[in-house]
Amino acid sequence: MPEFTPPQVQLAGVAPEITLLVSALILLIVDTLIGERPNRWFLPVMATAGLVLAGAFAASTWGDNELQLSGAIALDGFASFVKISLAVFGLLTVWVGRDYLVRDALEDSEFYALVLLAVAGMMLMAAAADLIIMFLALETFSIALYVLVAFKSGSLTSQESAMKYFLLGAFSSAFFLLGIALTYGAVGSTALYGGRDPVSEPGIASFLSTSPTANTGLLVLATGFLIIGLGFKIAAVPFHAWTPDAYQGAPSPITGFMAAGTKFAAFAAILRLFDATLFSLRAEWRPLVIAIAVATMIIGSVLAVVQDDIKRLLAYSSIAHAGFILTAVIAANDRGVSGALFYLATYGLAVLGAFAVVSVVSGQDEARVRLAGYKGLFFDHPALAVALTLFLLSLAGVPVTAGFFGKLVVFGAAVQASYSWVVAIGVITSAIAAFFYLKIMVRMYLEESEGESSPLPIGRLAAGVIAITAVATIGFGVVPGPLLRAAEDATMFFQPAPETGQAPLGG
Amino acid sequence: MTLSAYLPILLLIIISTIFAVASIFVSSKLAPSRWTFAKRLPYECGIVPEQSDERERFPVKFYLVAMLFIIFDIETVFLYPWAVVYQELAVFGLIEMVVFIVILLAAYVYVWRRGGLEWAE
Amino acid sequence: MTEVAPGYYLALAGLMFSIGVIGALVRRNAIVIFMFIELMLNAVNLMFVTFSRIRGSVDGQILVFFVLVVAAAEAVVGLAIILVIVRRRSSANVDDVSLLRW
Repeated sequence: MPEFTPPQVQLAGVAPEITLLVSALILLIVDTLIGERPNRWFLPVMATAGLVLAGAFAASTWGDNELQLSGAIALDGFASFVKISLAVFGLLTVWVGRDYLVRDALEDSEFYALVLLAVAGMMLMAAAADLIIMFLALETFSIALYVLVAFKSGSLTSQESAMKYFLLGAFSSAFFLLGIALTYGAVGSTALYGGRDPVSEPGIASFLSTSPTANTGLLVLATGFLIIGLGFKIAAVPFHAWTPDAYQGAPSPITGFMAAGTKFAAFAAILRLFDATLFSLRAEWRPLVIAIAVATMIIGSVLAVVQDDIKRLLAYSSIAHAGFILTAVIAANDRGVSGALFYLATYGLAVLGAFAVVSVVSGQDEARVRLAGYKGLFFDHPALAVALTLFLLSLAGVPVTAGFFGKLVVFGAAVQASYSWVVAIGVITSAIAAFFYLKIMVRMYLEESEGESSPLPIGRLAAGVIAITAVATIGFGVVPGPLLRAAEDATMFFQPAPETGQAPLGG
Repeated sequence: MTLSAYLPILLLIIISTIFAVASIFVSSKLAPSRWTFAKRLPYECGIVPEQSDERERFPVKFYLVAMLFIIFDIETVFLYPWAVVYQELAVFGLIEMVVFIVILLAAYVYVWRRGGLEWAE
Repeated sequence: MTEVAPGYYLALAGLMFSIGVIGALVRRNAIVIFMFIELMLNAVNLMFVTFSRIRGSVDGQILVFFVLVVAAAEAVVGLAIILVIVRRRSSANVDDVSLLRW
């Protein structure tokens, strides 16, 4: 038996995740030990502390570029960028969630703990440099989200949507796992990069750089299954069936979190996997991704037009956005990757803001979620209406909002890679999408409200979140430079040692 | 391959058989035994199966306990590989496993305090 | 003892996975659907072990441990959600789930 040498314990790469895990455990234990209290203000405070600390850890490794923990974790700018964004999304979710839970008398420590665990899983997804770690990360945040979707304990809709989300989610992760198994069969390892010597330290990147194309058949097959598994998580057509139901049934703050966080985490994995690791196989996966992207943009935009529930409408809009971001994946160039990061960060802020407004307007037990409920909102609650308008404009990609630059960069990258026809479809479907965003605005500004206007209690935290996301949406729309530059710096994926192979993407 | 290599396995089989038989025997001797009519029914719990509709209410406790069992049971799967290479891993392995078990312990405390292990309502 | 060629194990795993996919798509009972999904996961486990044998490395067998644990965690959470619905609706049929469009 060979002498065992313990792997080097390097925790910098996973410090944010560990922080979140520990805070979630402490939060749960403290709450059960303290017992019943009328006001459990310390729960959101602890969750906030955990997320801030995790974000700080992620920020402190900005600029590092190495593999840690036996090549399973990538510590690079890409992971840092995603992790910082996810920490912010988590904070906003916790704050909106607090007001929501107090209003509907649902507050429990599990909510905060599960949000922290979900953020930890999503962060790990961005840092994973090994397919099995990616799978564990995917399951960590998915399982936490299944429970969070069912969190409205009195609501059958919430539980039924959780069941659908769970069944389809488990179904899709089986496909993802099959992809991993086939990759293992083809490469002999699940590591993305591998070491200098492809025989003793195998990995996908080193395998691709050393073996002739004839041997990549099994890996191509595996790639197809990996696309299916991740396609479910980003809600791409034809794997989108769960999205409208899960979005409708989940508590509104969680819906926003799913739209912002799940998408970011899954796209981070897609970008690292396809645009970096499997870059040299792009001739094989590109046609499939193009087909998915086109179908996603068209179906998402067209079906959103006929929705009359705001949460379902935003769900279809999120499907369409998955299609727009996929055009950046197709481009598979530096601009595409940084564009996708910028897009996902600004989309996340806008969609979290939009769902914060939905969460406030819907009132107790989410009774008011029909589009008809938004009639005359401007006259009753001008601030909410203006904020929602801003978020919708950003989602539509109108200039002076952050969403405009996101679309500009992403589509620009696809044009640069000579996929102008995909961009043409993107532009047309964006125009269709603008129509249904406009539909909501018409309701808010031009129509009379139905019946009595009831007073709408707006919690201080929710108001704060709406203000922050609104300022960020305008701010990144007027001055996109800093965020865009940060996204460009973040496109330095970890690259295999120069001897073994092609640099997937120039730094 | 010498047969002596299988000696520990044989011993394990013998010990576990003795343990199983002994515990059944001892408990039958120690436990008070009172025969009642209900206990002789095909279903000892006393519920006679009948052609009822399937909408019967069932106690959720069974499922809760079963689920808790599954989740803690499966975690022990990681203890086995560790046990096999315990010597080689030495202190490093011990620390890793303590971290692992502390996390499980936190889950246990949580379940316990929330009443997940209480059978009575 | 005769060796069974690894190819047969892969074929079996592929067959199990396909049965799982078809079953999960055609059956209507949530618990049965979930059982088919478990079949898919176990097919993948068999595949991991087979590839592990072909390649002569133990990595694949270790991966099976992770899959097992994830599957158990998923089962517990999923069954809890299904159970809550069954208790309220007295049915685990996904077609009876009527508040949302399936």
